[in-house]
Amino acid sequence: MAMLHTVCKSPFERDAMKSCLAHVVSGSSVLLIEDGVVGAVDNTAVSDLVKGAMENVSLFVLGEDLKARGISEDKLIDGITVVDYSGFVDLATKNDNVQSWV
Amino acid sequence: MSDVKKFLYVNRKAPYGTVYALESLEVVLIGAAFEQDVSLAFVDDGVYQLTKGQDTAGIGMKNFSPTYSALGDYDINKIYVEKESLEARGLTLDDLQHLTWEDEDDDWAEKDSIRVVSASEMAEIMDQSDVVLSF
Repeated sequence: MAMLHTVCKSPFERDAMKSCLAHVVSGSSVLLIEDGVVGAVDNTAVSDLVKGAMENVSLFVLGEDLKARGISEDKLIDGITVVDYSGFVDLATKNDNVQSWV
Repeated sequence: MSDVKKFLYVNRKAPYGTVYALESLEVVLIGAAFEQDVSLAFVDDGVYQLTKGQDTAGIGMKNFSPTYSALGDYDINKIYVEKESLEARGLTLDDLQHLTWEDEDDDWAEKDSIRVVSASEMAEIMDQSDVVLSF
């Protein structure tokens, strides 16, 4: 079953993203939102963890939340797709189910 | 006021996801009226509060980041940012706003407010504070 996982907490402060990435099955989608978007940045203490997960799952990040935090898209890990709110809706409808990691 | 105390505001949360960053800034500005010796510390995810180019139009929240550049006008010019916290997040000083203040004892020379310090230096700053307010 196709599942969309959303992560809304910073990986530097909580283990929501780490736990999410440890529980996703191959072919799932993971969308980073709110404070979770900082996990999409390259050359951080968690970027290797994210890159490892991207071998099996598709990573997305909400552009509006990136902009709010002053994070430019050229800082992101290669292969992460930036979506807007309507892209968020598309992901939610395209998948069979949504699991929130709060 | 005779007994000036050293106040330290410790900021450890990213902005917008929670209300801590905005609340801290409001308390700092209120506290500025009491003419105390104020320092701000940005540690862990708190360093994201100072990033430049924040644009909150898309999330429908007020962008309060321009307020940090007004702190110098309130004689708040000791803004400590932890080096290790920046590095763990792939950030450098260049990713942060350029915050300045004008030194009236030095012909109003414009000086940098942000000082990047190590975790051990931050520990000393915390240790030597009279009042610590955590956000």
